[in-house]
Amino acid sequence: MFEVVAFYLFAFLTIAMFSITVMTKNALYALSSLAAGMIFISAFFFLLGAEFLGAVQIVVYTGAVAALYAFGMMFFDSINDVKESVKNPRLTFVLTGIISLIVVFIFVAPVIGANATAYYPSHPEYGNVQDIGLVLFTKYLVPFEVAAVMLLVAMIGGIILAGKKMDISTTLLEEEEIDNCKEDIQIVKDVK
Amino acid sequence: MSITLNDYLVLSTIIFMIGMYGAMRRTNLLMLFFSTEIMLNAVNIGFAAISKFHGDLTGQMFAFFIIAIAASEVAVGLGLLILWFKKHNTIDLSSLQSMKG
Repeated sequence: MFEVVAFYLFAFLTIAMFSITVMTKNALYALSSLAAGMIFISAFFFLLGAEFLGAVQIVVYTGAVAALYAFGMMFFDSINDVKESVKNPRLTFVLTGIISLIVVFIFVAPVIGANATAYYPSHPEYGNVQDIGLVLFTKYLVPFEVAAVMLLVAMIGGIILAGKKMDISTTLLEEEEIDNCKEDIQIVKDVK
Repeated sequence: MSITLNDYLVLSTIIFMIGMYGAMRRTNLLMLFFSTEIMLNAVNIGFAAISKFHGDLTGQMFAFFIIAIAASEVAVGLGLLILWFKKHNTIDLSSLQSMKG
């Protein structure tokens, strides 16, 4: 009974939060409702007995991804309303429904049709975290290492891409030097 | 009355639809990133549910790797977006059109 109530409560909350993310014109509302929706999704993982995944969801999505978006948003003009130019909203809505239903059926039909047997059966007596650790570090060791390398590459790429021209710190400069910097940047832009 | 696999799959479908609606409707690139995050999360719910109801850990493994991929996608994507904003002063999708036709 508790599970049913929790499922419907969190389903309603998640759908409401993600609808706000998709519908709102304010970028800050979109960001905060996205973060809230991520936390509510972790509730489903806890309900499903995947405690490790729930904790990872909270740490990675709301701790890293939402914070990264918040930092990135400082570069953009997030106070202004987001401009949308949708010619035919109803057509978009119908098309979305049809396409996503087709996609979901294509991927779910083999799962339901096949009489799936467990490759790596879960052991409830171990607990979820030990269980995941056992499978991750034996059967999925190579993908795990590749994911680690990929995260390193993404980190270096992000720093290199976003960090250009960040060697000049405007807080440490005098007024005239800042003006000179702006002129230099303007000249560079004009030349381009 | 208890929650079955179908309930979770329906929920996953609904959240995926919301994300896809956002991806088709939005023209702001930052909002497009948000929509892709929503879609990835919807798929994660589906994987975790199938993992639970089939008693198999593979679904949770896949969800775990999807989370890792989403994190690195955000890092690189946001870096590219900041570069684009510095150059063109807008992150509207129509500013990516360089061919006139």
